[in-house]
Amino acid sequence: MSHSEAGREEPPESPELVESVIIRFAGDSGDGIQTTGALFTQDAAVSGHDISTLPDFPAEIRAPAGTVAGVSSFQLNFSSRDIHTPGDRPDVLVAMNPAALKTHLADLIPGGMVIVNEDSFTPQSFKKAGIKSDPREDGTLDGYAVHSLPVTSVTMRAVEPVGLGKKNSERCKNMFMLGVVCWLYDRNTDVIERLIDAKFAASDPKTAQANRLALQAGHSYADTARLVPHRYHVDQAQLPPGKYRRITGNSAAALGFVAASKLAGRTLVFASYPITPASDILHELARLRNFGIKAGQCEDEIAAMGAAIGAAYAGALGLTATSGPGLCLKSEAIGLAVMTELPVVIVNVQRGGPSTGLPTKTEQADLLQAMFGRNGESPVAIVAPQSPSDCFDMAIEAFRIATRHMCPVFFLSDGYLANGSEPWRVPSPEELPAFGATGSLDADNFQPYARDPDTLARPWVTPGMPGLEHRIGGLEKQDGSGEVCYEPENHERMVQLRAKKIERIADDIPLLEVFGPEQGELLVLGWGSTYGAIRTAVERSKSGGASVACAQLRYLNPFPSNLGEILDRFDQVLVPELNAGQLRLLLRARFLKDVQGLNKVQGQPFRTWEVQEKIDSMLGLNLRKLHGGTADSGSLSGDKQQGAIS
Amino acid sequence: MSDTFPLKYTRDDFRSDQVVRWCPGCGDYSILAQVQRVMPRICAETQTPRENIVFISGIGCSSRFPYYMDTYGFHSIHGRAPALALGLKIARPEMQVWVITGDGDGLSIGGNHLIHAIRRNIDVKILLFNNRIYGLTKGQYSPTSEIGKKTKSSPYGVIAQPVNALGLALASRATFIARTLDTDSKHLQEVLLRAAHHRGTAFVEILQNCNIFNDGAFDDIKARDVRDDRLLFLEHEKPMRFGAGGSKVLIPSGAAHDTHFAAVAEAGHGMDRALVHDEASENEGFMYALANMDYPEFPVPMGVLRAVEQATYEDLVEHQIEEARERQGPGDLQALLDAGECWTVE
Repeated sequence: MSHSEAGREEPPESPELVESVIIRFAGDSGDGIQTTGALFTQDAAVSGHDISTLPDFPAEIRAPAGTVAGVSSFQLNFSSRDIHTPGDRPDVLVAMNPAALKTHLADLIPGGMVIVNEDSFTPQSFKKAGIKSDPREDGTLDGYAVHSLPVTSVTMRAVEPVGLGKKNSERCKNMFMLGVVCWLYDRNTDVIERLIDAKFAASDPKTAQANRLALQAGHSYADTARLVPHRYHVDQAQLPPGKYRRITGNSAAALGFVAASKLAGRTLVFASYPITPASDILHELARLRNFGIKAGQCEDEIAAMGAAIGAAYAGALGLTATSGPGLCLKSEAIGLAVMTELPVVIVNVQRGGPSTGLPTKTEQADLLQAMFGRNGESPVAIVAPQSPSDCFDMAIEAFRIATRHMCPVFFLSDGYLANGSEPWRVPSPEELPAFGATGSLDADNFQPYARDPDTLARPWVTPGMPGLEHRIGGLEKQDGSGEVCYEPENHERMVQLRAKKIERIADDIPLLEVFGPEQGELLVLGWGSTYGAIRTAVERSKSGGASVACAQLRYLNPFPSNLGEILDRFDQVLVPELNAGQLRLLLRARFLKDVQGLNKVQGQPFRTWEVQEKIDSMLGLNLRKLHGGTADSGSLSGDKQQGAIS
Repeated sequence: MSDTFPLKYTRDDFRSDQVVRWCPGCGDYSILAQVQRVMPRICAETQTPRENIVFISGIGCSSRFPYYMDTYGFHSIHGRAPALALGLKIARPEMQVWVITGDGDGLSIGGNHLIHAIRRNIDVKILLFNNRIYGLTKGQYSPTSEIGKKTKSSPYGVIAQPVNALGLALASRATFIARTLDTDSKHLQEVLLRAAHHRGTAFVEILQNCNIFNDGAFDDIKARDVRDDRLLFLEHEKPMRFGAGGSKVLIPSGAAHDTHFAAVAEAGHGMDRALVHDEASENEGFMYALANMDYPEFPVPMGVLRAVEQATYEDLVEHQIEEARERQGPGDLQALLDAGECWTVE
C-alpha cells in the first residue's frame, strides 16, 4: 500500500481533469533542480502522458548560492494529447528560493500557482536575490495562488532518523517538493522511489532512504494540509501503440550511432573532446565498451577530428561531436575529409555564440558555418534532427549518407534538443534498414578516385587490401587516379565533382512533407529544433481557419528535391530561426524567393505564441488588435520577451 | 596472416611510381632510400604484409614522404598526423603505422598531438626529420633552430631556446626513443629496424640536412673530422665510449646534482669508471640529462636512448572491450534501446 493512503479516513475527492500541465521547477543550481525535473518527467512519461521538457541552467557549476546568477530551472509540459513543445508559460512555478521566484515569476500565467519554500524566505536571501521586501507580503504575488511551505524544516525532521547530518539532510528538500507536486497531480511516489533506488540503493543506501523519506513526507504533507481543494489529473495520451521510453536528444543521438554501427556492420570509433552541451554523447558512448564501441577523449578538438578521419580511412565509422567553438578548431580537418572523400560524421550541438558565447543555451547560428566554414569550395552534407527522439533516426541517416556518398556529414543538433526530452517509441533493430557503401571496386583497374556512376562516390578502399596500395591526402587530386595534380582544368573539374556528389544526395533522401494545405497563403518553413513551436503554432492558426501550412527541413544540404516547388505553391514563406536569418539567406540565394524571417537570438527556444503572432501578422489577422497598424515585418515591440523580428 | 606467408619483398616493392620532388641534395633522399631498403627486412621479421603498412604524414618537406612509398599512405594536414594515426590504430590495431613528421610539423604546430601520442603509447613509429628550419615555406626558423640563428623570419637572430626532441619525448614518457642521421645509412637502417620491432610509440629523431635553407645544419657535430669526438653512439649495456677509436668515455661527475651527472674522461684513465648505457634505466634524472646532452659541453647522443615494454593504447582498448564483454555480455542493441524505464501503449 502506498504511504499516502495510510491512515486516510475520508474518501479522496475526485480530482479535476486537465488536458495539459506546464510546470517549472526553479532553484539554486545546487538544489538538484535538474534531477527533480527529470524524475517528475520520468514519472509523467511512465504514466503515459506525452511530454516535452526544457532544462535551463547556468554555465557556472555553482554560482554563488541564492543569487539570480545561480538559478537553474526545468520546465515540463505533460499532456493527454500530442504535444510538440515544453510549453510557453508555466501553470505552476515551484521556486526553491527568492532568487528563483524573482527570475521566473514573470513567465507564470496570470492566476497561476506558486509553490515556495518558506524557510528560504529570509532577509538574507532577499538581499542575495536583490529584492527589497518579502514578495509574499509586498503585493508581488497578488493574483497568484500561493503556497508557502516549510520545506526545509519538515524535510530535516523527516530524514532525521537516517542520520545524514545537517548538510546532506537539507539537500533532500527537493524530494520533499517533488512529493508535494506528485500529490498535486494525483500521483503516488512509487515510480520515483524506484528511480531513487536504482540510482543510490547500491552505492549509498542512506542517501536513497533519506530521499525516499523526504519524497513521502512531501506527499503526506500536501495530503494532510489539503494544499488545494482538489487535486488535478491528466489522462494518458493517445500515443501510437508500442514500447516507449523518455529520451533526450543527446541520448537518442548516441543510441542512433550505435545502431548505425550495427546496421553498417562496421566498428564505431568516436573521438571527442569535452564541451558543453555535447559531452553527454561522449559519456553515453564511453560506457558501451561491450558493444565494441571505441569511444575516447582526445587531447583537443583537432585531434578528435583527426582521429575520426583516421578511423574512417581505416574502414570504421568515424564520429566526432562538439559545439560551435570546437567546430571552429575542426574546420581544417573537415576540409581534409572533403578532399579525401572519407565518410565522417560531425555532431555539432549548437549553443549561443560567437566565441564562448552562451555555453548552456540553445541557438541555431552555426548553419552557415557548417555550410561554408572551411577554406576553398568545400561542400558537405548537413542533416538536422527536429526533436529529441528524431536524433536517433537522423544519427543513422548521417552515417547512411556518409558511407553511401563518401563525404563528411554534419549533424546539427542544439542545446534545446540535446537536453530536452520527450517520449520515444523504441524501435526494434529489425525495423531499421541495413546500409553499405556504393563505390565501385575493380581490383584490376583500381583507381582510388574512380566514381560510382549514380552517387559519384569514390570507393572506400582501406589499408589491408592487397594490391590496392595507394596514397591520398589534402593536395588536389587528379580525377580518377587520385594522384597529386595541379592542372587548372582538373582542379575545376574536381571542385565540380565534389559539389555534384553532394547535390546527388538529394535523390537519396525523402521528399519534404507539408503539414496542412498543399498550397495556400503562408508556409512556415523551419529547420531542426524549431519544429515543435512551429508545428504547434500552425496547428492553432489552422484551427482558427488560417490558410497556413508548415514544413520542417531535416536535410539542409542538399535540400529535398521538392523544396523549390513547395515554396512556389505559397503566397508567402516565413522562416523562423534561432539566428539572424541563416536559412533565409540560403533560401533566398537558391530560390530567389522573398522569404520572411522570424529571428530570435536569446539563447532560448521559440515560444509558440511568438510564432503564432508572426503568422497572424503575416496573414493580416488581428492586426488592429495587436498593433493598430499594417502587416509589415517591422519590430513587434511591446513585449520584452519577443524576439527580434526581421 | 599465416607464419608461412613468404613476405619476400625487395626494395623496388616499396618504390611508388611518383617522381621524387625534393631539392637535389636533400637529406630526405637518403632517408627514403634507407626506409625502402630496410622495409623488406622489416616485413619479413615482423610478419607484416605490405598492404598492412601505412605511412601518415603532416605538412612540410618531409611529409611528402608517403607519396614515394608503395604502401598505403595519407598526406594529412599540418601537425595532425599523430591524430589520424590514433584513429587508424584504434580502428585497425593490426596495421603497422609510420608517422612522418618534421621539426616544424611535429614540434611546433603539432606539438600537442606528439606529446599525447607518445604518452598514450599508441603502436606507431614516429620519424621526425629535424633540419632545424622551415624548408617548404622557404626558410623561416623552426622550434629546433639554435639561439641567434638569422633566418628570413628572424633577421636579428632567434631569441627562443630550441626544443630538444629527445628530452621532450622522454618527458612524455616515450617507451622507445632514438636518434640517428640522414647520412649514416647503416645506423639509420639499424634504428629503423629496432623501431619497427618495438610495440608502442617508437620516437626516432633523424638529423637531416637542408642544403637550400640550412646547409650544414649539423656539420658542427657530424662533419667527418669532428664526428668521432662529438657524437656518442649509445649501445645497450655497453660503456659510453666515443672519440677516435673509443678514446673517451663518460664517467660520473661525482657531484650530486643531476645536471652535472657526467664528465668526459680519456678512456685510459677512466675506463673502469665508464658509465654503461641501459635502455631500460629507471633513473629518470640520469636519462633526462643523457637525452639533453649537447655539443659543445658533451657529445651528442645517437642510437637508442630508451626502450621499455609497456602495454599499447589500442591493446588496452581491446582489453577493456573483452573485459566488458565478459562482465556484461556482448552488446545487445535491443536491450540497449530498451534500457531505463519503459512503458507500453496498447
